[in-house]
Amino acid sequence: MGKKRETAEVNASSMADIAFLLLIFFLVTTSMSTSTGLSRRLPQPLLKDQVVPPVDINKRNIFIVKINSQNQLLVQGEELNVKELREKAKEFIKNPNNDEKLPVKSKVIIPLLGEMEITKDHVVSLQNDVDTQYQAYIEVQNELVAAYNELREDLSKDKFGKSFSELDEDQQNAVQSVYPQKISEAEPKNYAGGGKK
Amino acid sequence: MAQIRKDKERVTPALATSSLPDIIFMLLFFFMAVTTMKEVTFKVRVSPPSASEVQKLENKSLTRYIYVGKPMQVYTKSFGSETRIQLGDAFADISELESFIISERSAMNENDQSLLTVSIKADKDTKMGVINDIKQSLRRAYALKIVYTANKTVVKE
Repeated sequence: MGKKRETAEVNASSMADIAFLLLIFFLVTTSMSTSTGLSRRLPQPLLKDQVVPPVDINKRNIFIVKINSQNQLLVQGEELNVKELREKAKEFIKNPNNDEKLPVKSKVIIPLLGEMEITKDHVVSLQNDVDTQYQAYIEVQNELVAAYNELREDLSKDKFGKSFSELDEDQQNAVQSVYPQKISEAEPKNYAGGGKK
Repeated sequence: MAQIRKDKERVTPALATSSLPDIIFMLLFFFMAVTTMKEVTFKVRVSPPSASEVQKLENKSLTRYIYVGKPMQVYTKSFGSETRIQLGDAFADISELESFIISERSAMNENDQSLLTVSIKADKDTKMGVINDIKQSLRRAYALKIVYTANKTVVKE
């Protein structure tokens, strides 16, 4: 055993090639993009013999947004640009001056925030035409969600001095219950005459 | 037992490449972690609409996808150029959607079945009539959690 024998090393030069091959394989078969989107909840299905109960919602509590086949908006009976929708929706949801025409405010006790006056019965009703473009529909949905998000953001800045995303879960729930997201996607209606009403 | 080496015999060693595999493996694992397998091969052309208030999809394994768009160039001969629906790897009719969702759900773990989310990946030029039909089918199949896939846009101030 006096001789110093060198143990033959495992030839690892091809290891790099193998790893490269694997790397390239994964680069090709996978995609980097993460899916993002607007999540929604659909209403329960109607049973066959179920009659839709007459909706007993005070007219001032409904915010009607209609999109026609030309992707034009009709908000509360007046034509509107998509860019103006957000402000309009915010005003409707918040009803800051207790306007007669905007939704009814009621006092509700919310944990962490105490008694708040909120428009808890409001509904944003979104109606679209068969020929409405999907992009236009998503834009409108986006503006409505943005309106809610901005209101929540304002409230959390006001009450907690922090951005909504920085609040803890209880605080987020409290803010959410002040501005609950109530967007209803109406039952589709088939308008006669190519959807032009 | 210290042995005295003969320093004179030393030659400049070749560039050490023994760490190269490790580096590559590190890269490999990085990409494996941050990327996802392609869900399907697209048969319809989908360029999603854009929106600013999008949220990240949380649980990929609980999500099923519906692709809506015009067929790719290769398929226009056999499937026409009208908007079609793709479920999994194949074209499908709107009437098949309900059973597709039900079979997908029954294949899932029992605890996860109520968490099933359906992601609608529709082209931005799709007519809402098709989307409405899909939504009605999903309601009938009790798949009430849906996501409208949209790309994130930079917020313009």
